[in-house]
Amino acid sequence: MTIQEVGQEVGRPRKRKEDARLLTGRTQWTDNLTRPGLLHVMFLRSPMAHARITRVDVSGARELPGVVAAFSGQDFAAEQGSLPCAWPVSEDVVIPDHPPMAVSEVRYVGEAVACVIATDRYRAADALEAIDVEYEQLPAVLEMKEALTAESPKVHEAGNKAFSTKITSGDIEAAFRDAPIVIDRTFRQQRLIPSAMEPRAVMADTDGESYTLWSSTQIPHVLRVMLAVVTGIPEHKIRVIAPDVGGGFGSKLQVTAEEVLCLLLARKLGKPVKWTESRSEGNLTVHHGRDQIQHLRLAADADGRIRGLQVDLLADMGAYLMLVTPGIPLLGASMFNAIYKMDAYEFACTGVFTTKMPTDAYRGAGRPEATFGIERMMDELAAELHMDPVEVRRRNWIKHEEFPYTTISGLTYDSGNYEAATDKATAMFGYDKLRAEQNDRRDRGDPVQLGIGVSTYTEMCGLAPSRMLGEANYAAGGWEHGTVRMLPTGKVEVITGTSPHGQGHVTAWSQIVADALGVPFDDVTVLHGDTAISHKGMDTYGSRSLVIGGIAVLKAAEKVKDKARKLAAHLLECSPDDLEFEAGAFKVRGTESQKTMQELSWAAFAAHDLPEGVEARLDSDATFDPENYSFPHGTHLCAVEVDTETGMVKIRSYVAVDDVGKVVNPLIVEGQVHGGIAQGIAQALFEEAVYDADGNLLTTTMADYLLPSAADLPTFTLDRTESPATSNPLGVKGVGEAGTIASTPAVVNAIVDALRPLGIHDVEMPCSPERVWRALEGVRS
Amino acid sequence: MPRITVTVDGIKYEEDVEPRLLLVHLLRERLGKTGTPVGCDTSNCGACTVMLDGKSVKSCSVLAVQADGCDVVTIEGLGVNGSMHPMQQAFHEEHALQCGYCTPGMVMAAIDLLRDDPDPSEERIRQGLEGNLCRCTGYCNIVRAVRKGAQEMGQAVSTP
Ligand code: FES
Ligand code: FES
Repeated sequence: MTIQEVGQEVGRPRKRKEDARLLTGRTQWTDNLTRPGLLHVMFLRSPMAHARITRVDVSGARELPGVVAAFSGQDFAAEQGSLPCAWPVSEDVVIPDHPPMAVSEVRYVGEAVACVIATDRYRAADALEAIDVEYEQLPAVLEMKEALTAESPKVHEAGNKAFSTKITSGDIEAAFRDAPIVIDRTFRQQRLIPSAMEPRAVMADTDGESYTLWSSTQIPHVLRVMLAVVTGIPEHKIRVIAPDVGGGFGSKLQVTAEEVLCLLLARKLGKPVKWTESRSEGNLTVHHGRDQIQHLRLAADADGRIRGLQVDLLADMGAYLMLVTPGIPLLGASMFNAIYKMDAYEFACTGVFTTKMPTDAYRGAGRPEATFGIERMMDELAAELHMDPVEVRRRNWIKHEEFPYTTISGLTYDSGNYEAATDKATAMFGYDKLRAEQNDRRDRGDPVQLGIGVSTYTEMCGLAPSRMLGEANYAAGGWEHGTVRMLPTGKVEVITGTSPHGQGHVTAWSQIVADALGVPFDDVTVLHGDTAISHKGMDTYGSRSLVIGGIAVLKAAEKVKDKARKLAAHLLECSPDDLEFEAGAFKVRGTESQKTMQELSWAAFAAHDLPEGVEARLDSDATFDPENYSFPHGTHLCAVEVDTETGMVKIRSYVAVDDVGKVVNPLIVEGQVHGGIAQGIAQALFEEAVYDADGNLLTTTMADYLLPSAADLPTFTLDRTESPATSNPLGVKGVGEAGTIASTPAVVNAIVDALRPLGIHDVEMPCSPERVWRALEGVRS
Repeated sequence: MPRITVTVDGIKYEEDVEPRLLLVHLLRERLGKTGTPVGCDTSNCGACTVMLDGKSVKSCSVLAVQADGCDVVTIEGLGVNGSMHPMQQAFHEEHALQCGYCTPGMVMAAIDLLRDDPDPSEERIRQGLEGNLCRCTGYCNIVRAVRKGAQEMGQAVSTP
């Protein structure tokens, strides 16, 4: 037997425990699951962006072979409830009724109007064609600015404004008055389709008394509460299971119509039902991301020091407010000022209804949008001043010795070192050399110009502090839960309230617990994603899992150790203070006598001789709710080559130095950053959900909605700096969104940098060859 | 209904299939081979890639009847005697998967890529995997894993 070293897991690049099953196909995607007598559900979806439903006839479908039932929204009107919005951001917010299946009016292409339930998916698909729906077309509402005019057709009776907010800090008028430099720009954050590789799937079953719902969801706990609220089925009769989930990126942070309807259909039919979306159905109906028009004004002194920043946002809500739709732009409210000091700041935002798929959380949720805005502005300021963009940032950012620092928007950044990250990144990138090459190409009038883009960012991670979420009007808290139980044989089961979908929690949580209890890494297993097992939690989104959930697990492990210490002292007949913990055992100081955790675990199971007040079994629960968010930061640098004849953009190199505080598993951190950078680059260069003038989505398939492949991306060069977070005992900060937040502005800044001498000051995203070429044509003519 | 005979991961099956049944649905829903997932309906994502008579195909764009008389290998049939194929092992070692949804298809495509070029450059690997999309990894580690898998497989061939 080899003795495994214990006590050195955190910080180690452990290969993942999750991999073997995923690599050998022993997976449990929701669509893999089945039940005896399983029926398949399919939805008939609106082909119109906006219409009154005048008639739905499902009788033709009911006649067909293999069809068990068919229902229209009208059939369900009385029982289907309204999909929830949990973030009423302002006093004036309008939350329209949102039936899972449309009853009298459809407001976006893809909205469900009827469903069929059949013995297999092919029969169900046939039956959809036999449903007859008559629509009376109403005008589509597509552009936010037009939607807000008095003449605009209305998406909802109450009008097209969902809410408005304004936050001011400092004397904004004074900041702009007589400012030597004022930069005024408008940027568009195009609409994105999150595109997790696993399409959504839901299965529901009942034994006549209670219900089980399997869903490809990031939020089994939140979903369970919301299903109870929406359907009226008592909460304790609902069990939600998130089996293997194939990516989320926010798109599975939702209470969907299909989840509600599958549960109701299982109740109505008394049989198990399953729905699996097709990709084209998914592109229409998975909530979309971004979609903002940002009007920014920045006032600065002649030496580049920022005086004030004014942000005016229009945010497209789409047709309804989903779980956290209105909160997304507001997550950016305190991030526009980013890492910079300024005297005054104003943030205004209007949420607008349009006849499109609703928007909601997508990787970074509000923070990528904000970072893009400010980082583009910093480059515009640098250009105005003929100053190096890195230098402009240096002049304005919070210095290392100034932490903790309370920003103009009221957040307190606990730790960070922008100087160190930037120095490291520029050195790795070969910044000066690339600038020299750039100048050379400019002088030569090379048709292929070189552009250098910088993005220095921070984000607020670990969406948690319940008190702060309350202040922001969010309906729930942000704590997280963990259980650690030692089994009689000394092995350990960890239960986490977080719900991973690729982030490697099983591995990272095992590392944390192995260290805390002094047990081998392989002796720990992690359970999650089933409300009957993991009975409380707030799930996985917003880079909160490690920062909140990992710490809850750590705290539970510490409680288990405390209990073990008491038991050890009792058995070894000494005071707990005489014990020292080393290599997984309590030792009586200065003697040979000891009890290992494994021995203690058995003793606590046998319970023959427990000290007064100590209950059987070594296990414990803990919740964690931090005092503050965490603030990862970093510097990303991108070099692009832009062909001024074709508009083609090629990324030549990409360097990222991120500071995510202490790192539990460097392999996982690196993987998360890679994936994030790829998503952010994709926003800059490829992706866009496009609607036509009638409100039809033109990008319904992966052939139309361009996701980057391996051939479209370079290899990223990464490194890290480390400023531990002070708001949690591990010093961790969260990493899931960093790459996405930083990369989009780095790439667009690089493209604009390449083209600026030709008179181009902005290119709208995605910077496709055509768009770049058109920008070039615009200045040539 | 046409009757077909198809060998999947070494087992011979005889099935009556509707002419329109897709191979991927035959595998997943009739034969219980759920290791091959579906990611799209336009043969763009590559998640459903399997080997059909030794060549990688997207099983969502093959009809079950077309596989009549063929030999199919899925991710479940790849390893030998319970141990992983060197390419699966390389994906594990290089942390080339996160959610794992694209992974079976990626591994299949990677193995097929090495049939044409046992020692591919980074560029060649990137091009070779163009038909397989991953939303999680950003591909860096996948490319590394394929390089590593290629080396291991090369050695496996040269050392008897
Ligand atoms: S599912 Fe076959 S290529 Fe996407
Ligand atoms: S690992 Fe999630 S899609 Fe590739």
